[in-house]
Amino acid sequence: MSGYPESLRESIKLVEKSRAERVERVRRGETFKPLTMDQRKEVLSKFHPDYMEGTKRVVNVGPDKGQYFPNELADLLEAHSRINPKDFDLKNPDMETDVLVIGGGGAGSSAAIMSAKEGCKVILATKLRHGDANTVMAEGGIQAADQEVDSPYYHFLDTMGGGHFLNDRKIVSALTKDAPIIAHWLESLGMMFDKYPDGRMKVRHGGGTCRKRMHSCGDMTGSEIMRVLRDEVRNLSDNIDVIEFSPAVELVLDSNGRCAGAILYNLETEEYYIVKAKAVIMATGGFGRLHFNGFPCTNHYGATADGIVMAYRAGVKLRYMDSVQYHPTGVVYPEQNVGLLITEKVRGLGATLLNVKGEEFVFPLEPRDVESACIIRECTERGNGIITPTGRVGVWLDSPMIDMLEGEGTVKRELPAKYIQFIRHGIDISKEPMLIFPTVHYQNGGLWMDENAMTEIPGLYSAGEVSGGVHGRNRLMGNSLLDILVFGRRAGLSASQYIRDIKLADLTLSHVEKYEKEISDAGIVTDRISPMILPDYIRDEVKAKEKTSKYFGTLR
Amino acid sequence: MKGILLTGDKPVIPENTKMIPVYIMGKRYMVPETLTIQKAFEYAGYQWIRGCGCRGGICGACATVYRIMGDHKLYFGLACQTVVKEDMVLAQIPFYPYKRKYHDVENSEPTAETMIANYPEILKCVGCNTCTRACPMDIKVMDYINCAIRGDIERCAKLSLDCIMCGLCTSRCPAQITHYNVAMFARRLTGAKIYKRANHLKARVQEINSGKYDKFMKELTELSDEELKRRYVEEREWEPLNSRDIGWKPQDERFL
Ligand SMILES: Cc1cc2nc3c(=O)[nH]c(=O)nc-3n(C[C@H](O)[C@H](O)[C@H](O)COP(=O)(O)OP(=O)(O)OC[C@H]3O[C@@H](n4cnc5c(N)ncnc54)[C@H](O)[C@@H]3O)c2cc1C
Ligand code: SF4
Ligand code: SF4
Ligand code: FES
Repeated sequence: MSGYPESLRESIKLVEKSRAERVERVRRGETFKPLTMDQRKEVLSKFHPDYMEGTKRVVNVGPDKGQYFPNELADLLEAHSRINPKDFDLKNPDMETDVLVIGGGGAGSSAAIMSAKEGCKVILATKLRHGDANTVMAEGGIQAADQEVDSPYYHFLDTMGGGHFLNDRKIVSALTKDAPIIAHWLESLGMMFDKYPDGRMKVRHGGGTCRKRMHSCGDMTGSEIMRVLRDEVRNLSDNIDVIEFSPAVELVLDSNGRCAGAILYNLETEEYYIVKAKAVIMATGGFGRLHFNGFPCTNHYGATADGIVMAYRAGVKLRYMDSVQYHPTGVVYPEQNVGLLITEKVRGLGATLLNVKGEEFVFPLEPRDVESACIIRECTERGNGIITPTGRVGVWLDSPMIDMLEGEGTVKRELPAKYIQFIRHGIDISKEPMLIFPTVHYQNGGLWMDENAMTEIPGLYSAGEVSGGVHGRNRLMGNSLLDILVFGRRAGLSASQYIRDIKLADLTLSHVEKYEKEISDAGIVTDRISPMILPDYIRDEVKAKEKTSKYFGTLR
Repeated sequence: MKGILLTGDKPVIPENTKMIPVYIMGKRYMVPETLTIQKAFEYAGYQWIRGCGCRGGICGACATVYRIMGDHKLYFGLACQTVVKEDMVLAQIPFYPYKRKYHDVENSEPTAETMIANYPEILKCVGCNTCTRACPMDIKVMDYINCAIRGDIERCAKLSLDCIMCGLCTSRCPAQITHYNVAMFARRLTGAKIYKRANHLKARVQEINSGKYDKFMKELTELSDEELKRRYVEEREWEPLNSRDIGWKPQDERFL
């Protein structure tokens, strides 16, 4: 029995026909020819959405006025605040604390832990549940140069090369030097790393690494990290107050231009709270749910670029914020799973990519941006995509090759989560290929910060996927889980040192008023509202009947 | 994008798709039979606030209980992973009260005594196996609780490794156990106290703290772009896949 409909069977037969020969070729070490540097450039410029015409536009307000951003982000930057500053009596904050952490993923949790251990009172405000975040979704692993044949030096080189040499070198130096310290910290907190019986870490290669330094916990590394950190935050409940379902919607400054807190929005009671804090750590993660150009995404429900919008309004510049990472292999069929990630490991284990005729058309381990562009070319210009019953298009990822190459049972053993996800829909990926198309995966750029996670606004720190500079224009697998912990910890420590002799002046939201004025001065007329907070998946037909409820941005 | 159907996260529903009735907290809605429970709620007009996180089966936010109208059986699942069926009567359990103790990983031993001191209620397990039947991750929940009672902490940890802390087991237990917190403590104790520590990691941390790499890192930060690229292209020896078997060592040891 096959979970694929009749209309796809014909193409699958062609894939099956060429399979044995392709397996033989992989065994002989032959691959589809990788592109040269020039060919890479060409395919990127024509077929990567980042470089395509019409995917970006100029933003006419804020600290990066005049620069280009993806349309969907530009829309959020050229939008009104959710609040009217005049409604808030800033002399009477609802809560006061030393450090306010915004975001309850890996970056926010590690920042909160460090600040609390330094004796600070911490509020951790998060939009969904604590831990509902991109961190929990990471499958692959976390990098750290801890083997004798490796060192931070090589980790640095690999990271720079991966980012097309555009990364901030001071930041990369901090990232790679702290990496073993992070692994050691996680080990002492009780993370269950994959290890040999003598305690040595099991390490693997990732795309673009010259030494094996990918550490993991099965195929749920991010989930394990998140569980452990959340548990440690709960251990520290005397010092850390976690407030769930209460996203921040604007930062608060003081009259000397320091960051002095934020306005939170209780999603359930619809109240707004003023939180006064001596320091604020922005850790709101990425932006996958903006669905650039209509692409699906791998990210969690709350990945809506809120932190970018809030900090930008307050005056923080953005770095490489025009660079979106599309993961080449997102699910296209079954319809229920569209956009979900299929890890790079599938190609690492030997599976190749095929078009509707069952022919190879790309080297399977090109950098993510190049691989994605080649798939898009195959499906558009060359018209060799496979069309699903719902009208989507994709190409085959031939997972059954893996068992043929590595032995029966490898797919089930190495990709248990993927196997279950597909078998639920009647597709056995050890026997039938997967249909894939690029999907929005990661925010390469973000808030401008330094190696101590400091932004240019005193008292405002930035940690994790919301930050820019760590990965240049392209992130290597395993460097993001590392990033969030290195700079989460650094932010937590920096903030707790900073607050020691801080006396805040009068609180103000004047930056929000100023930004509103910039919008009207620029002649922008819009009813858009940001930050987005939650995406809107309600059908137009339903909305048309909601006569008394009003949409304020994407939220009712 | 030209020629490609891209709809963000809104499902495409072909015209001939069969519409089926489901009952969201008892209220009837007609939804396409191809949707997951999560997307069926959205189709019906709900905007999730609680009960939705990763949308990919790993965060545990979308725990769902359902019956099929007219049938006595109770089913459990993740809303983001389960496709709707005709006459499903659905309810979310976005939150369930739990018990949790301070998990003193540093000062506790991985023993039955530790587990029982913190979670004495595990001794009240009646062996009904309801927890296991409720688990959407197919975890042998009762077995890992038994391991905790017996002091086989490592096995408790390994059996519970896939736990996404959705709380469905906890919502069903007649002994009122918060299973996933017992398992959480067991896993942390296993990682910190049963697994051997990595000596090479400890040594590397000492090297870093003693400043061994500061010189190299400073050099790298200050190199010209050309020299950095040259070193990237020419001076990185690639560790082979079978390096462990052959005891591979790089030739260039200057920067180790
Ligand atoms: C499917 C998938 C697989 C991945 N695999 C890997 C991998 O193998 N290796 C690797 O290194 N990286 C991987 N990554 C990337 C990595 O997981 C993320 O980049 C990283 O975890 C981000 O951590 P974070 O703490 O910065 O953000 P998140 O973990 O996303 O946390 C952000 C938090 O902020 C909250 N938030 C958002 N807006 C607000 C607001 N306005 N107010 C309050 N709170 C808010 C969110 O709800 C969330 O809790 C993967 C990512 C995905 C999606
Ligand atoms: S539900 Fe409770 S009592 Fe029943 S087997 Fe599980 S732990 Fe024991
Ligand atoms: S063990 Fe319990 S909390 Fe964990 S996944 Fe299973 S039902 Fe959910
Ligand atoms: S939404 Fe995360 S498991 Fe379903």
